[in-house]
Amino acid sequence: MTTVATSPPVTAGGPRKGGRVKRWVVPGVLIAVTITWLVPTLGLFITSFKSRAASSQYGWWQVWQGGWTLDNYNEVLFSPSLPPPGFADNFINTIIITIPATILPIAIAAVAAYAFAWLDFPFRNWIFLGVIALLVVPLQVTWVPVLKIFNTLNLTGTFPGIWLAHTGYGLAFAIFLLRNFMADIPNDLIESARIDGAGNVKIFTRIVLPLSLPAIAALAIFQFVWVWNDLMNALIFLQTPDKFPLTVGIRNLLGQYGNEWNLLSAGAFLSMIVPLIVFFALQRYFVRGLTSGAVKG
Amino acid sequence: MAEIRMDDLTKIYDDGTLAVGEFTLTIEDGEFLVLVGPSGCGKSTVLRMIAGLEDITRGEMHIGDNLVNDVTPKDRDIAMVFQNYALYPHMTVRDNMAFGLKLRKTPKDEIRRRVAEAAGILEITDLLDRKPKALSGGQRQRVAMGRAIVREPAAFLMDEPLSNLDAKLRVQMRAELERIHNRLETTTVYVTHDQVEAMTLGDRVAVLRAVSPARPYNLQQVGPPHELFNDPQNLFVAGFIGSPAMNMIYARLEAEGEDVWVVFGDYRLKVDPRTLERHPGLENRTNEELVMGVRPTSMEASVIAGPDPDRTMRITAEVDENLGAEVFVHHTLNLRPVITPDVEELLADAGQTPESLGDTTEFVARISSDVDVTKGEQLDVVIDTRKLFFFDPKSGSRIGARSATAAAG
Repeated sequence: MTTVATSPPVTAGGPRKGGRVKRWVVPGVLIAVTITWLVPTLGLFITSFKSRAASSQYGWWQVWQGGWTLDNYNEVLFSPSLPPPGFADNFINTIIITIPATILPIAIAAVAAYAFAWLDFPFRNWIFLGVIALLVVPLQVTWVPVLKIFNTLNLTGTFPGIWLAHTGYGLAFAIFLLRNFMADIPNDLIESARIDGAGNVKIFTRIVLPLSLPAIAALAIFQFVWVWNDLMNALIFLQTPDKFPLTVGIRNLLGQYGNEWNLLSAGAFLSMIVPLIVFFALQRYFVRGLTSGAVKG
Repeated sequence: MAEIRMDDLTKIYDDGTLAVGEFTLTIEDGEFLVLVGPSGCGKSTVLRMIAGLEDITRGEMHIGDNLVNDVTPKDRDIAMVFQNYALYPHMTVRDNMAFGLKLRKTPKDEIRRRVAEAAGILEITDLLDRKPKALSGGQRQRVAMGRAIVREPAAFLMDEPLSNLDAKLRVQMRAELERIHNRLETTTVYVTHDQVEAMTLGDRVAVLRAVSPARPYNLQQVGPPHELFNDPQNLFVAGFIGSPAMNMIYARLEAEGEDVWVVFGDYRLKVDPRTLERHPGLENRTNEELVMGVRPTSMEASVIAGPDPDRTMRITAEVDENLGAEVFVHHTLNLRPVITPDVEELLADAGQTPESLGDTTEFVARISSDVDVTKGEQLDVVIDTRKLFFFDPKSGSRIGARSATAAAG
């Protein structure tokens, strides 16, 4: 009769069962996937330290052939021969685009997710279903209508325009993820806060938001990397070269020099630095069992 | 502090299920009232209605002088202790306890004073800077109590707060709860499934039972623990209160001159006049089948009680449970078991079905452990026939019982 919605706290490192083969299946698959994933990146990394001649003459795996050089990085960052606005400006543009385009959708999604998870309003589940349905709409079909609207509103070629575009594209998944996470917070905790005198605003800011940090951190990384690496939306909605982000800059490296993989790889590596920093900064919030201790599991 | 008054409270869920019906009960200021009953009897729903976590379909709820039907939980001035403790995992013990006060804009000094005082009462001062996950179950339980105490509310609501503790800790916390209640004298409504907890803690105990089409109300009987034990109004209350449970036997009364005898199987016991007094109208129900109830605690081995042939049963000790001070002796009566709707519900709560009883009646006697009991041997047991109970087998009511509504009042 007491209805208690509790999810048992995740306990890490339970006893392993099964034989020797079984025990190695999961790590084996993980290692294979990791290697498959890392090899091209490693190739790119090595290429970025090779001269143009060396990179066309030897394969990247011939690591010690052709010598090492920092010229590629020097050229990408400082060469006046690159078309304006240049790599540094691209970098600043990317930051201007990415930060609001990460914060906005998560902020909106967090509030919406709380409502979907914990407030009672008409058609709640149908509206949520509608949000989930948006996940399957291909991005490509939205470009023309959205661009038309942006043109009418004079948002094309502006930073707020691309912020809005990324916010819109990111919201459906963000709401979906956060709502499911928030719905797993034990009901007793919310009711306890209600009895303690908290209204919805306090419950959201003091209880639900702090407890949702792992999901928000995961989402932030996801959205940040997605926007940081986005090329198509920037090309479509920004259109003006002085507002173009890194991705467009890197593509232009390729366009101008044809097969100059050495420059491209250096540019790509430079563009990876910030997402890596973001990832390592936020990964400490992936705390397992953040709600452990709340309720007896 | 305040009294809680419920008038004809009814809860119907959206899907049409009647969870609580015709619930009328006044919990006095400062009283410790226990709601007890099997799973699904509506006790937690009543508690959640008092808290404001559950809407009231019909009827009125007053806390103090205020009608609170439409008042939100935060404005009801109540504090609740949850079965799962529901501590905020990202806050320290201190912040957990201070949370409600901060929300109510209590001055900082006052918060500090109250938290320190409550922590002192509960002996958790050392734990104030820890997070809940660094606490044991018993410590979490204390913090949950502390969170309620610092609020100094009109009433404490407790939803099976001890059920997640191990047996030893539960007994300890039970004593602690009693001590805290004596000290604070705050009106407390306590929900439990455990009748021992109900009997030891409650100033009064309300026995609840799931509603049925024939009986659209939950409340079976309210009273001080000894009253429920000595004066149960129906088979359900009689069977639910008391451990081990009351023996229920189909029996017949026979009048013989001035005396009344109760007959079941091969046994004949002389009924004490005081039992007749407690059952007005019983003397008119001779020679018909009734349900006799007798508690295992109303018996003693004849070697200790002294010979009393008119009130002695010779039983076979098939199973004996020696608890040190006393022994429970199990015996099988060759009589069909008592199965009524009341009994079926009690069986279901214990995870049994009427079929699992077979076609004999289990009989348990408690005797002193000074008596040597040998398994399989016969034993003479004297029954205290002043303390027999007789129930109508159809309605389940005790013969001559006050009406159900009067009992609930």
